[in-house]
Amino acid sequence: MSRGPALLHPRLSREPPHPPLLEPSPRSKAARLVLLYIVSILVALVITAILVIVVGGSPMSVFSAIYRGSMDGGGSLGQTLDASIPVVIVALGTLIAVRAGMFNIGQTGQLTMGATAGAFIALNIDAPGPVLVVLALLGATAAGAVWAGVAAGLRIWRRIDVVISTLLLNYVALQLLAYTVSKQSLLQEPTPPGGEAGGLPQSALLPGSARLPHPGQYPSFGVSIGVVVAIGLVVMLGVLLSRSRWGTQVRMVGCNPTASRRFGVKVAAVAGGALLISGALAGLAGGVMLTGSVYRVQAGFDNNFGNDGLLAALVVRDQPWALLPVAFFFGVIRTGGNFLLSTGVPDYLSQVLEGLLVLAAVFPPVYLERREWARRLRSARSAVMRSAT
Amino acid sequence: MSVTDLTIILSGIVKLSAPLLFAGLGEYTAERAGTLNISIEAMMLTGAYCGMVGASATGSAVLGLPIGIGGGLAVAIVHANFSHRLAANTFVVGLTLNALALGLTDYLFTSFQLSSHSITAAKVPLLSHIPVLGPALFDVSWPVYFLFGLVPAVWWALQRSQWGLEVRACGENPHAADATGITVNRRRRQALYVCGMLSGLGGAFLSLGIVGQFNQGMTAGIGYVVIAAVIFGGWTLWGTVLGCVLFGTADAMGLVLPALGHQLNPQLLLALPYLAALAAMVFLAKSYRAPRALARPFSRGLA
Repeated sequence: MSRGPALLHPRLSREPPHPPLLEPSPRSKAARLVLLYIVSILVALVITAILVIVVGGSPMSVFSAIYRGSMDGGGSLGQTLDASIPVVIVALGTLIAVRAGMFNIGQTGQLTMGATAGAFIALNIDAPGPVLVVLALLGATAAGAVWAGVAAGLRIWRRIDVVISTLLLNYVALQLLAYTVSKQSLLQEPTPPGGEAGGLPQSALLPGSARLPHPGQYPSFGVSIGVVVAIGLVVMLGVLLSRSRWGTQVRMVGCNPTASRRFGVKVAAVAGGALLISGALAGLAGGVMLTGSVYRVQAGFDNNFGNDGLLAALVVRDQPWALLPVAFFFGVIRTGGNFLLSTGVPDYLSQVLEGLLVLAAVFPPVYLERREWARRLRSARSAVMRSAT
Repeated sequence: MSVTDLTIILSGIVKLSAPLLFAGLGEYTAERAGTLNISIEAMMLTGAYCGMVGASATGSAVLGLPIGIGGGLAVAIVHANFSHRLAANTFVVGLTLNALALGLTDYLFTSFQLSSHSITAAKVPLLSHIPVLGPALFDVSWPVYFLFGLVPAVWWALQRSQWGLEVRACGENPHAADATGITVNRRRRQALYVCGMLSGLGGAFLSLGIVGQFNQGMTAGIGYVVIAAVIFGGWTLWGTVLGCVLFGTADAMGLVLPALGHQLNPQLLLALPYLAALAAMVFLAKSYRAPRALARPFSRGLA
């Protein structure tokens, strides 16, 4: 990048050429970033502690309850891992779409459609266990992709911004789910004989054959096989993104669609494909939640996992590998939050803590970028002023 | 359908549209400046909660309103400084603020008792005697009358004032706006502050003017209905107002029609705003144009 002194022709400046700008060394930059992360996370924790004190609780017992509920012992660790699976899968897809310049914020809808389709297959098709699970997951993936495909189609044929269409489609999907679980002819569970007519707006529980196996039923460690799926996807897509031709094309299209077209990249196919992959993965996450831990669909099925995935993707920005620890933290707060009631503090605190930690994770990089930008602007200005006088 | 039924339906429409309209005016302002403001849900919820806290603390529902406005503004200040000073992604900030506001209001609401307060209805002397329309429009909780002033005020501020021209320029072409000497991110922050105050007012009106108490998560997604209304309105003021009234009407129908013995599909009614916004964009694509820089962060390039 050319800098300030180049703004004036050398012959016009009476001063000797401006010395090169002092760039902070990469190491001190990284150190500053880490320091800032620590400080802002501490601030988030202090705010949480203040909120606990305000309602008359003890911060130490709250934090230890979150730790005990999420990481202490195999059982809770398994739950935490189970809760991080959908976040990883959703976030991975989001990362790809965002990298291709398709800002998908419709994860909630895509996940919901995936789970609905998965439940439809798992409850209506008669197949042996493993086949049924695979069919349900494939159906979920396809439904998520279709829901994202609506947005892709609107973008291509009607030039409607993906941000807007995916946002709107979320709420349509939620109501579609509510509709299907309110009709006996669709997904609502059959009323038991002698039961009240109408019944609850939810589907029947999946049969045992349609559930994901939980390997390692050790005395107290059960985690669904979804963990393997999630980690496998991160490794596969992480490698593809950084090492394959497709990965490069995704990045090119995200950076500059016009230039990519000149280089012979099929922009619509790459960008639309990235959006479809994102929807497919969100749908798959819905299928994994359905077959791995929830076992039925009902209103509010998404349980905010779609949004958590979106946030995780935007927090890690461009590093697929960082998804694993970040999603684990989301899982920790979620499962640890269930233990809060034992401390007498309302468990809504976990939502507050999650929000504050996300803001704390967003703050450091953008703050340093802003500082860096201001520094460059200042030195460019002073260089111009000096050579003008 | 008798005349009283009609009056009941009309006053339901007015009641349910009013919070949408307050927030819709704000969202319109923010979107014209280039922010697709998702945190409007947080602003309304915080406004509703702060309004009720203010009323409980001061013992007067009237004083609750400005405190609710302050609550919405507080959310806007966080959002604006994160996304238009530090250039953090506006959706991360918005979604996080939504979750944060919901969690925080739930947390505080379950921990501290709030008393109930409601703003009284005020009759406009002559106009309230108009048959059918009168009781619905002119015998309502008085903050509704603000709308008669606020709609033209927002129109003037955005379409006729220097500030509005600059705000719209920031939403259409921030780089050109920057070149003419407008501080783009400052204008965007200001538009977001306006949005926060109006949404806070809408939220406070919801809790103080309509329900009379605060309930957990009481906005229940109407912030997103407001976003749909602005999109449905094609990013014009009159379209936004139309969208808010239309979606308020749909909301009122969902309450009124079953009571009058008509069957309606509740899910379809709830999905209506979003379907209407999508359909409007698909079928009226020629006249529908989002601000060109909507949801695109601005940072000044260096030579």
